[in-house]
Amino acid sequence: MSRTDATLAAEEAELDDAVPTESSAWWARLATVSSLWIGLILVGLIVAFSILEPSTFLSVDNGRNISTDAAILLVLAVGQTFVIITAGIDLAVGSTLVFAGVISAKMMHTTGGDNGGTVVVGLISGLVAGGAWGLLNGFLVAKAKITPLIVTLGTFGMALGAALVITKGIDEREIPYKLIDGIGTGRVFGQVPWLVVIALGVALGFGILLAQTRFGRYTLAIGSNPEAARRAGIDVDRHLMKVYTLAGVLAGLAGFLSLARFGTTTIGGHSTDNLQSITAVVIGGTSLFGGIGSILGTVFGVFIPAVLQNGFVITGVQPFWQQIAVGAVLVAAVYLDQLRRSRNR
Amino acid sequence: MSAPAGTTTAGVGGVPLLEARGVVKSFGRVRALRGASFTVFPGEVVALVGDNGAGKSTLVKTLAGVHRPDEGQILVEGKPVDFASPVDAREAGIEVVYQDLALASELEPASNLYLGREITRPGVLGKLGFLDKREMRRRGDESFRDLGVKIQDTSASVAAMSGGQRQGIAVARAVMWASRVVFMDEPTAALGVVQTRNVLDLIKRVRERGIAVVLISHNMPEVLEVADRVEVLRLGRRVARFTRGDVTMEQIVGAMTGAIEHTEDAA
Repeated sequence: MSRTDATLAAEEAELDDAVPTESSAWWARLATVSSLWIGLILVGLIVAFSILEPSTFLSVDNGRNISTDAAILLVLAVGQTFVIITAGIDLAVGSTLVFAGVISAKMMHTTGGDNGGTVVVGLISGLVAGGAWGLLNGFLVAKAKITPLIVTLGTFGMALGAALVITKGIDEREIPYKLIDGIGTGRVFGQVPWLVVIALGVALGFGILLAQTRFGRYTLAIGSNPEAARRAGIDVDRHLMKVYTLAGVLAGLAGFLSLARFGTTTIGGHSTDNLQSITAVVIGGTSLFGGIGSILGTVFGVFIPAVLQNGFVITGVQPFWQQIAVGAVLVAAVYLDQLRRSRNR
Repeated sequence: MSAPAGTTTAGVGGVPLLEARGVVKSFGRVRALRGASFTVFPGEVVALVGDNGAGKSTLVKTLAGVHRPDEGQILVEGKPVDFASPVDAREAGIEVVYQDLALASELEPASNLYLGREITRPGVLGKLGFLDKREMRRRGDESFRDLGVKIQDTSASVAAMSGGQRQGIAVARAVMWASRVVFMDEPTAALGVVQTRNVLDLIKRVRERGIAVVLISHNMPEVLEVADRVEVLRLGRRVARFTRGDVTMEQIVGAMTGAIEHTEDAA
């Protein structure tokens, strides 16, 4: 049952109680229905572009393009979702991606060879490098009690700086062909790109982790009321460190996938990944105030900007409009979140 | 000096369920408790009253394992205990409903009941941390029904619920886990008339389940209605104990303010 019904029921049952009853506009009520509405917007966009340009937009190739473009951002956004649910923020995901990509590339280069073993070394070193930055973020947020915005703004600069120091500012381009050919451009059954399969697998796995397990429950509880979580015997500091480490590991995976896709460390190419991932998460209905969020919403939130971008190009609209549209959707999403919260207070 | 008429030692016999003896607790130079004693007998509602700064909160937190006494003893069923943390107190069957309730309002009622003590699914999934949401909801609904906490839609988040319902959820959580004593800190302070009524009924139902309730309250009519006994704290020590039936509001208030002088009771 929806929140709206529950609120109404509570109002009827407890008339002596001051449950706010104003703002009953349909759009305000719609906002209270979790991330359903954002899925409808995505479907609406797809339908609209399909009607406008059925032959080009609505093709297998184009679907593949959109999904491949969105895949790496989706992996980042999944980690970002967990962090934002704890009422935190991770500005360092893009730099962590770059740093992990650099370490991964260097390790593969050092290992030498061009086989599965080399690729596995690259994957593991990327995950560890990303996880290390995540752990540092988590430690500073949970133990040193520094606000996440500042902690991750700091590591945003530090991770990118470290990547530049290691490479002396020159992209590492010697990526094993096995990786590029296998994961970067390869497809499952010759149809679905590996990048997309991996990204959706990550989303599915972590979606289940968030919605069905104790780990997810603690993440939501800490975002909702850290003091309540603490009194319930949850080790809040430890859990926060896990969540930031998780975001770092996923950024490391994204760095590895980025190597596979582009065949280079793309050091200069990820300065807005943090904002893009936050935008996707927030559009997807996850609350910046913490305690509310879903990975399904984040998947929608990643695909809406991607579909807009692609659709505008295909329909001949200047693609710069995409930035304007996404910005407006973001502001609207946060406004609706605030409405939802004030209704419930 | 003899105690005035109406002051009696508790009529409830037997070994106290929970007892504080001569507890001293200082914070820096502030002596919050100066040899405070407090007794809870099985199956009773006992009100802990006192003016602001009398040391009620400190005493509750000491009995709940949040603070460790500098001096004095805490006894559970006559045996001295040493609570190093709230977890120890909880394991001894003592739960506290704090004034701020400590609910995660974005989660549903059942999630709050089981927060930190979730039921997981049987088998391998459970080992992986998968929650048995259906079972938690079922038992939660059962517990709300037993306690008469009316919640229309237990799948909605706590944020959508009224103050009385939230209080009900917090009490239900405490009762679910307490085997001996539930402390309730000002449970009706923020509530309207009807909801206050519901909470007082709730307190009586908790007692019927054999769990002792310690009610911390400023509201004397409420205390007189629901409490079997009253213990009065003043300036960090117990100054009077009354049994319902032979006490008036004036006597309690007198003890609280020091207008009626009592000797330090011998417990």
